[in-house]
Amino acid sequence: MTDAPHSHEPILTIDGLHKSFGPVNAVDHVSLEIRKNEFFALLGPSGCGKTTLLRMLAGFETPTGGRILLEGNDISTLPPEKRPLNLMFQSYALFPHMTVAKNLAYGLEMDRLPKAEIARRVEEIMAVTDLGQFAGRKPDQLSGGQKQRVALARALVKRPKVLLLDEPLGALDKKLRERMQLELKRLQHEVGITFIIVTHDQEEALVMADRMAILKDGKLLQCGSPEDVYETPADRFVANFIGVMNFIEGVVGSDGIFNADGLKLATGTEIRGAATLAVRPENIMVTAAGAGGAGKIVDMAYHGLDRVLHVKIAASETPLQVRVPANAAVPHTVGDTIHIAIDPDRTRLFKN
Amino acid sequence: MSYQSARSNLLTAPAVAWLVAFMVAPCLLILSYAFFQRGMWGGIEYSFTLENFARVVDPLYAKIFLTSARIAGLATLLGILIAYPAAYAISRAPRMRQPMLLFFAVLPFWSNYLIRTYAWMVLLNREGLINNLLRWFGYQGEPLSLLYTEGAVIVGLVYNYLPFVILAIYSTLSRLNPELMEASRDLGGGPIRTFWRVTLPLTLPGVAAGGVFVFVLSIGNFVTPALLGGGRFQMIGNVVYDQFLTANDWPFGAALGLVLIAIMILLLMLQARATARASGERARADA
Amino acid sequence: MRMANSSRLPGRLVLLAVFGFLYLPIAVLVALSFNEAGLPTSWSGFSFKWYAALAGNGEILGAAWNTLVVAVFATLISTALGTLLALGMETRRRKSTGLEALAFAPMVIPDIVLAVALLTFFSLLNVTLGLHTIIISHVIFDLAFVSSVVRARLKHFDYSIVEASRDLGASGWTTFWRVTFPVLLPAIIAGGLLAFTLSVDEFIIAFFTAGAGRSSITLPIQIYSMIRFGITPEINALATIVMGVSALALLISQWLNKEQMQ
Repeated sequence: MTDAPHSHEPILTIDGLHKSFGPVNAVDHVSLEIRKNEFFALLGPSGCGKTTLLRMLAGFETPTGGRILLEGNDISTLPPEKRPLNLMFQSYALFPHMTVAKNLAYGLEMDRLPKAEIARRVEEIMAVTDLGQFAGRKPDQLSGGQKQRVALARALVKRPKVLLLDEPLGALDKKLRERMQLELKRLQHEVGITFIIVTHDQEEALVMADRMAILKDGKLLQCGSPEDVYETPADRFVANFIGVMNFIEGVVGSDGIFNADGLKLATGTEIRGAATLAVRPENIMVTAAGAGGAGKIVDMAYHGLDRVLHVKIAASETPLQVRVPANAAVPHTVGDTIHIAIDPDRTRLFKN
Repeated sequence: MSYQSARSNLLTAPAVAWLVAFMVAPCLLILSYAFFQRGMWGGIEYSFTLENFARVVDPLYAKIFLTSARIAGLATLLGILIAYPAAYAISRAPRMRQPMLLFFAVLPFWSNYLIRTYAWMVLLNREGLINNLLRWFGYQGEPLSLLYTEGAVIVGLVYNYLPFVILAIYSTLSRLNPELMEASRDLGGGPIRTFWRVTLPLTLPGVAAGGVFVFVLSIGNFVTPALLGGGRFQMIGNVVYDQFLTANDWPFGAALGLVLIAIMILLLMLQARATARASGERARADA
Repeated sequence: MRMANSSRLPGRLVLLAVFGFLYLPIAVLVALSFNEAGLPTSWSGFSFKWYAALAGNGEILGAAWNTLVVAVFATLISTALGTLLALGMETRRRKSTGLEALAFAPMVIPDIVLAVALLTFFSLLNVTLGLHTIIISHVIFDLAFVSSVVRARLKHFDYSIVEASRDLGASGWTTFWRVTFPVLLPAIIAGGLLAFTLSVDEFIIAFFTAGAGRSSITLPIQIYSMIRFGITPEINALATIVMGVSALALLISQWLNKEQMQ
């Protein structure tokens, strides 16, 4: 979803960052480069260390090892109030005893800007985030979505070099969340600030991010664009975590052919021996009899746009998920036998 | 972060110092007196003795302890019996009204208890309100001697501490998950059985907290027995008062105080244990 | 829990009975204070004369002044100490049972024991008894109550606003004064009012630590001797006023506390 050209100039460099709590490594020697003006996502399941990483960037956790460089300057030991980054808190953290306008002005007062300038910038950000009518209200008089906008505006009004967002859309319902995903993306383009977002929702990351990093148990598994991560996942975990993936266990012979009970595929890799074949549901084709392997439909899920057939084949214990358009030429029902084919170029192979 | 601990210690230091100097030290002092002897003309003779404790278990004082325990126990029981329905009624009232109802239930507790005790004197005495009302309704006989009876003392104690028991029971009631009661009804339990087997056991910690509070404060009370009992009922509080201000036998008074504190600590520990067990059950019930 | 209208009746009756029990004695006193005759035997007309008599009673006025002095000083000291204690206890990484017990003790110690302990302590140190010793003694339980009120507020305190303030550029000190303190202030005041009420009403400890002098008699001590040695009808007027003041302080305290627990 990138239309504007981004420079590949790094703005934030995370160098071997490490945080341990006793024997537990919350963040395990992670190195990343975040580029100027990009929308970057830190993605992973709960407990993977993404929030700890974000808090270290903001200054609320001290790293046990490694460095953080902002535009080349080492900010690793700077206290949060001295860093030119701002954090949008997951719980919004709005000051309950101040109006929206005062909340927004707070950070600017800390910068000792002249009163007139503060008033002007607050007006400006309220216009950009459509908060003008709430200026005099206190946080307890706002809805969830409105509070979220105030939290965002309060961080943005200081024009930080990088904006950190901690699960910003978690508290919103589905429809609002989808709308806000695009809103945030648009806003980021408009203000031209680097955004780093923490999320556990892989769909959200795919929609919003220019690039993302996937973390598990404190370790960085893969860093790349949504296409990279989706089409060429680095390992089994990433393959499974992003989108839906089918896994077929088998063996690759010395001839490079992947073999699993009835299924044979030529792989172009060096991997030999026990391996797992990973293929996305949309990359399994329903074919005419004789052109592919046979399977039996054991379940079917209707998704409006398309259907997902759960097909049991001999080669796999778990039924494969196969996507077919809802208005398929040949109507399918549970119990039918169909034939499927897999394009070897659209698979990934992982050594066991 | 040791900076954080250092800072929190700095913050608590002044209060801790005050409490140690003016609460802990004096209490330790007085408790130590229990081990000394009364001097010839009052005052202390600093020779170690266990004689005071021997006197404590003397039948005379044992009787007083038992009387105090009985009166405090009755006051506690009565208090719980009145407070539970009241707390229950408040917890079933419309949500919006509950804080207000609770506030008014607790308000009398914060007013001067001398005054509240005096009010009962006004109500109960021979020329008091109750007798006057009876007369008004046509009662011809002798005015009832309601004051200066054990009953009066008990009523006074219940009256003084009732608000707190209501508060304690209400806290546990209001935190009860209503779905637990609904589940019981759904499974066939009528209202009475649901109350007996679900509501009551789960609110026991609140009852225990309120009960212990009333008992501990009642047993050490001397104002209520003095004013409403007319000096006819000696409770421990009165005896301690006498030892210190009249009889000048501070060591013995201290020994009695020690016993009081021991009772209090014992009850608090039992209550804490009961609460911990109950909250374990509750945690499992909510899971 | 929604109940059908018909089954609200027993609840309402119970509450009526219990509130009746709680407020009847109070109502009686208030009514008597306006009774011309001054005694419960008969009602001879509405009158302010007992209030007027109060105003002319030097002893009572002296005691009232003493009570005010004690309450104000005890409140100021205990509010400061209690708030610091609460802040210290809630920012600890690990709960300290010793500290918890210490903070809780003043509220459960039988007052007779504490009173007697303080008397002994002061006499051992040869400290002359007077209003100052009452104040010192009152601070003990006052600070425990203030601390408990402020701690309750702190438990609901969203710590992320402190982080947000620092993230926006404020130092620790500025954050305390512009964010933490204002948010806590209603609870601090509520605690202070509670302490004030407690000190105004406290009898036992004051009784023991006041000493023999007339100059350190507080209102509760005065009331006690009036009850013991000679009930005059002015006592009803005094009782009404004292209860009124306490009730007012508590209403305000409650209002403040409710506002920001929302």
